[in-house]
Amino acid sequence: MDQVNKKPFSWKGFFLQWEWMLILLFLVVNVINTNLSPFYLDSVGLRDATMTFLDKAFMVFPMVMIMILRDIDISVSSTVALASVVMAHLYTLGVPMELAVVICLAVGAVCGLINGLLIVKFKELSAVIVTLSTMIIYRGIAYIILEDQSAGSFPEWFGFLGWGYIGGVPFILIAFVMMAVLFGLLLHKTTFGRRIYAIGNNPTASRFSGVQVDKIKIIVFTLAGVMAAITALFLTSRMGSTRPNVALGYELDVIAMVVLGGISTAGGKGKMIGAIIAVFLIGFLRYGLGLINMPAQVLMIIIGLLLIVAVMVPNLKPKAKAKGKPPKSQDQQIAG
Amino acid sequence: MKKLFLEFLSIFLVFSMLAACSQTSSNEGSGDSGSKDGKKRFAIVFKNTGNPYGEKQMDGFKQAIEALGHEAILKAPDQPTAEAQIQMIEELISQKVDSIAIVGNDPDALQPALKKAMDQGIKVLSLDSAVNAQSRMVHVNQADPVAIGRVQIEAISEMIGGKGQIAVLSATSQATNQNAWIEQMKETLKDPKYKDIELVKVAYGDDLRDKSVSETEALLKSYPDLKGIIAPTTVGIAAAGKVLTDKGLKDKVHLTGLGLPSEMAEYIESGVCDWMYLWNPIDVGYLAGYAADALVNETITGKVGDKFTAGDLGEKEIVEDGDGTQIMLGDPFKFDASNIAEWKEVY
Repeated sequence: MDQVNKKPFSWKGFFLQWEWMLILLFLVVNVINTNLSPFYLDSVGLRDATMTFLDKAFMVFPMVMIMILRDIDISVSSTVALASVVMAHLYTLGVPMELAVVICLAVGAVCGLINGLLIVKFKELSAVIVTLSTMIIYRGIAYIILEDQSAGSFPEWFGFLGWGYIGGVPFILIAFVMMAVLFGLLLHKTTFGRRIYAIGNNPTASRFSGVQVDKIKIIVFTLAGVMAAITALFLTSRMGSTRPNVALGYELDVIAMVVLGGISTAGGKGKMIGAIIAVFLIGFLRYGLGLINMPAQVLMIIIGLLLIVAVMVPNLKPKAKAKGKPPKSQDQQIAG
Repeated sequence: MKKLFLEFLSIFLVFSMLAACSQTSSNEGSGDSGSKDGKKRFAIVFKNTGNPYGEKQMDGFKQAIEALGHEAILKAPDQPTAEAQIQMIEELISQKVDSIAIVGNDPDALQPALKKAMDQGIKVLSLDSAVNAQSRMVHVNQADPVAIGRVQIEAISEMIGGKGQIAVLSATSQATNQNAWIEQMKETLKDPKYKDIELVKVAYGDDLRDKSVSETEALLKSYPDLKGIIAPTTVGIAAAGKVLTDKGLKDKVHLTGLGLPSEMAEYIESGVCDWMYLWNPIDVGYLAGYAADALVNETITGKVGDKFTAGDLGEKEIVEDGDGTQIMLGDPFKFDASNIAEWKEVY
């Protein structure tokens, strides 16, 4: 399913992977942050910092799958807003919170399902266009429901999601790790996951070899909707109230994490672990620069530079290979 | 191996660059590890970056804090959202600052984060755009809504000679500030003194330049006898000034409201707008700086009746505000032909 399996195992190949580069970057970021601010290396501070950036990270998992499928979903942040607004509005109308949470997840699933169906039914439209439209529609509905008001004052227990700890570990971190394991297994250890890579590498060939491309796409987009709803739960819990303009720009953050994680925008390549490291890399980078009160614009420039590096480096590799020795196999192209 | 080396090198370059620029930025005095010289550190979090009004407010805050011999930390997120501000509050809690002054992007959503800060002994106050009473110790109000509503009606009445139709050009229909002021204008109009003035319409330009222009044009068409327009928003008043100038309606339709001197100087100098009002954002920040210091010194605790001296602004008293407390900056400041030249340079 991946280049490692195609070739005999080599330690050099193993360490040359982008994921190691990310781990190295992650260490560099931490060393720099520690030197920049005396407040950085503080277990309580670092622990609580994860609570501020992990909410959007739940959407990274399905986004990895979507980008491996050569698609993209830019409607996720609007799905977050809609799911959150529907939940809060129902709660203020007297629906019990437990039921409102379930409905929130259902709203996410429906939003994702609609994306998936549209993309599968209208193949001439790219996923960018479809999700751009639904991005506007979903947020539009959120605005119709709440106008410019906020809704909130949730029950006490709901605040636990975003602010609670289990044995000193933030609940959101535990949830994130569990989801990471689940999605990692789903992508790398199941037939479903292997088919995602196959479609990403060559959709036409996959279709002709009997892979149910449409079904898989619909499932993956629905998953994206559900994870957006989970983000909505955590975000709403952290804010204690919601309004239609929450989660603005989250889709770009999520896509940035996925691309930095080494998932190729051309599809078919990349690993879940890369994106997970990228989540923490960007998260701690932001936190560290925030501690020295770096202006927000500088932060954006740095993340932009990192993305360019992430996109550039994998493109350097094949070229260097071609120069050095004759190509032995097109290993990366026909995996799966 | 060479390319591997190159990759590492390029990544290292990026990071050394960022380390370098962060070093310089902290030397410039926005300040990072300030506690080592024993100075107290006061933070202000504005709504978003790149807002000239916000820059002035943060300047005023910095002036006050530095005059008191402390260190000011100025922060603003790239997006005007509550979630970005929550992240900044967490960062400030980790830095163990002494006080956080916040211009809230949402009245309620910051409550858990600000409560967490207060639980750790950090003094929290809001300014300009308030957060709810549970998330702050005191609020610094740029101007008394009653005073804002009143002075604008007084102004338009004087301009049109106490008689005729007037209209209001507001921001969005949900804007909390503007709605409160318009409410006060309607209250003021009930005074028998203003019985000949008729408020015919409240139009909403949504704080967008083009929409405000077309709303003004619509007002002029629908109400040919319109004598005056009050625009209690900086975008609206500038748009109305432009329309009245283009249509040559100077002296026929009068204009007042709340505007930025730099944007309105042209119209005040030409006489399209006789005078207008605004508070001084520098003073709002300045007052918040002194209030933060008083909270940290425990001169005040945020209770009604507490008094403190706010530098050049003199003595200020804490008053009631719904279920919370606030400090009023005072009546809005009047800008007319005599002082606009001086103020248009300021903001």
